Amino acid sequence: MSGTFVGMPAFPEAAREAVGNSTLRANLRHATHTIRDKRARAVAELADWQQLREAGKQIKNHTLRHLDRYLVQLEESVVRAGGTVHWAADADEANRIVADLVKATGEREVVKVKSMATQEIGLNEALVAEGISAYETDLAELIVQLGHDRPSHILVPAIHRNRGEIRDIFREEMGSWGRPAPDGLTDSPAELAEAARLHLREKFLRAKVGVSGANFMVAETGTLVVFESEGNGRMCLTLPETLISVVGIEKVIPTWRDLEVFLQTLPRSSTAERMNPYTSMWTGTTDGDGPSVFHLVLLDNGRTDTLADEVGRQALRCIRCSACLNVCPVYERAGGHAYGSVYPGPIGAILSPQLRGTASEIDASLPYASSLCGACYEVCPVAIDIPEVLVHLRERVADRGGKGHRLEKAAMKAASWAMDRPAVLAAAERAATRTRRLHPKKVPGTGAWTAGRELPELPEKSFRDWWKGEGR
Amino acid sequence: MAGPVRSARGTGGSSRDRILARVRTAVADAREAPEVTRAYLTSHTPDDPAAVLDLLHENLAEYRALVHRTDAEGLPALLARLLAEHGSSTVLVPPGLPPEWLGEAGPERVQDRSESTAAELDTVDSVVTGCALAIAETGTIVLDGGPDQGRRRITLVPDHHVCVVRAPDQVVASVPQAMARLDPTRPLTWISGPSATSDIELDRVEGVHGPRTLEVVLVIG
Ligand code: SF4
Repeated sequence: MSGTFVGMPAFPEAAREAVGNSTLRANLRHATHTIRDKRARAVAELADWQQLREAGKQIKNHTLRHLDRYLVQLEESVVRAGGTVHWAADADEANRIVADLVKATGEREVVKVKSMATQEIGLNEALVAEGISAYETDLAELIVQLGHDRPSHILVPAIHRNRGEIRDIFREEMGSWGRPAPDGLTDSPAELAEAARLHLREKFLRAKVGVSGANFMVAETGTLVVFESEGNGRMCLTLPETLISVVGIEKVIPTWRDLEVFLQTLPRSSTAERMNPYTSMWTGTTDGDGPSVFHLVLLDNGRTDTLADEVGRQALRCIRCSACLNVCPVYERAGGHAYGSVYPGPIGAILSPQLRGTASEIDASLPYASSLCGACYEVCPVAIDIPEVLVHLRERVADRGGKGHRLEKAAMKAASWAMDRPAVLAAAERAATRTRRLHPKKVPGTGAWTAGRELPELPEKSFRDWWKGEGR
Repeated sequence: MAGPVRSARGTGGSSRDRILARVRTAVADAREAPEVTRAYLTSHTPDDPAAVLDLLHENLAEYRALVHRTDAEGLPALLARLLAEHGSSTVLVPPGLPPEWLGEAGPERVQDRSESTAAELDTVDSVVTGCALAIAETGTIVLDGGPDQGRRRITLVPDHHVCVVRAPDQVVASVPQAMARLDPTRPLTWISGPSATSDIELDRVEGVHGPRTLEVVLVIG
C-alpha cells in the first residue's frame, strides 16, 4: 500500500504512544461518541434496517461470486457511455496509468476528491515524483495534507485534530500552496471553513484534471457514484475537462436498482444523516455537461488475494461507512494512526493484513488489535463478521510461527484497555470461552459464504447489553 | 487517449486478463451465492400525498434548506421576492426554465451557455431551476440535467440556489420509488440541504463549496 506508512511500528508500539497523547484521546472520544449516538437514531428511523442490511450483504456476496462477469459488463457499459477503462494489478501500475493520463493532457496539477483507493496506492506521492501537484479538496483531507500528516479516520480523516490545531495549520501552511489564510483567522469552525472555501475555489476554477474514487459502480449501466457533503466532490467531478476515477474492483454492483439499498444504508451508517448533502452519479460523458474525457482505472492491489480466502473475502463487502471505527473501544483509545494503514479501526485490522499479507510486523499485529467484543459486527451495514475474520487471521499469523499471544497482550495493554478495566477484560475473555462451547458449529441452511465453515465465537450478550451492564 | 497509456485492451491487455483470471481462480470453489431477497420496504410513509409533502417539507427544513409553498399563480411573485430578499442583481437561467416563472423577477437574467466558464458563473448571484423529483423521507431534491435544470455546474458555483418542486407530480416518498423513476444515463445530482461540513470537531457548518443557501419552493396543485 502507500509508502506513507512504510516504517510504521507495529500496532502495540504505535497504540502505546497514542494512548499517552491526551489531546488525541479527548478528540477521538468526543468524535466517536457523537457520531455513534447520532447514527443509532438515524438507523432506528427505518423499520426495515435488518432487511436492508441483509440485502446489502447479499448483493455484495452475489457480486463477489461473479466478479469477473460484472467487471466485464461494467467495462462494456462504461465504454458504451464514452469512457475508457484501464486495469491496474497493483499500486505501481495504477499510479503509472494516472500519471501518464495526466501528462497526456499537458497539465501539471490535479484536484482530488477524497478517496481511500488513491490513498491506498499513494497516488499523491507518485504524482509529485512525476512533477504533478495533487490537491486534496475535502476539508479534512486538506487539513491532513497541509499538516504533512496522515489520515486517522475513514470519514473524518482529521478527527485527531481540534480547532486550534487546524487554525495553526491553516495560518502556517496555506500560503505556500496558494491563497493564504485570511489575517486574524480565529478557530471558529465557520471561519475555518470559509478560509478553506477561498483557498480551494481558485484551484477549482482553474483545474483541468480531476481525480476521484467512487463509492459504487453499476455494471448494468456504467454509472459511478460519489457520496459527499461539501460540494468539493461536485467541483472536481464536473468542472475539469478530464476526469480520472481510480476504483477498487470490489466496488461494482450489478444493477441500478441495487443502489437503492446502499443509498439508504451508507449515509445513515456513515454521517448519521438520512442523506448526505450531495450525491453525484455519472455515466461516461455527457455532451456539454461535465468532463468531456473520462477514464476509469480498475484497481486490484491485493483484492483478488482477499477474494481467494473463504473466510476473509467478506471484508470486500465493506462500503467504507466507518461505523465500525466509531464503536470500537480499541480504536477509541489507540487512534487511527496506530493501524499503520489508510484503513484504520476494525475494518483496517482485517483488510490491511489481507491486502498486504502478514509478513510485516505491523500487519501481523493487526489481527490482535481488537477485544473481539463484536460491536463492529453489530453496526456494519453489510454484516461483515469482523471478529470471525480476526480470529481466522490470528490463526494464519500463528501458523506462520507468529507471536500470537504476546501480540494480543501487548495490543490490549497498549490500548489501555486491560490497564483501565482489568475486570472487564477478564469478563470478556470468560464470555468468549464460555460461548465457544455453547454455540453450534454450523448454521443449517445459510448461504454460500457461511457453508462449510465454523460459526464465529459470539459473546453471550449483545455488545450493547454487555457494554451498558458491565463495561462501564 | 489509449495510445501512450498501458490501457486495458490497447497494449496487450495483460493486467486485464491477469485480474480476471485471478478472480476466476479465487471464486472457483465458492458455492453459488443466493439471489438477492428484497424483503425491505419500498416506502416508510403512508400513501397520502399531503402527508408525503409535509414530510418532505419537514426533512428539507431540518437540513437547513429554506422551504416555501405556493401555487402556480403565486410562483412568479414568490421567486421575485426571494431573489430580492437575497439582494441578487443577477440570476442564472437554465435554457428550458418556463419563462413565466421569472416573469416578475427584477434581477438581470444570465443565460447559461456551454461556453460560460466556471469563473463567469462565479460572478452570478443566484440560480433558479426546476428538478427531476424530490424524495420526502430523506429531504432530497434530484436534478437530472433536464432543460429546466441545466448543466450540473450552474447549481454548484453560484452561492444561492432556488429549486422549484411541482407537487404532487414530482414528489415521491422514498429512495426506491425515486430510483424507479430516474434515468441513469443522465448525470444525476442528489441534493439534501445546502453544502455542509462536519470536519472540524463535528460542528456542522453550512456552505463550504456548494451554495450556502438552498431555497426549495413547493408548488402545489
Ligand atoms: S466494515 Fe462495515 S461498518 Fe466497517 S466501514 Fe466497512 S461497511 Fe462500515
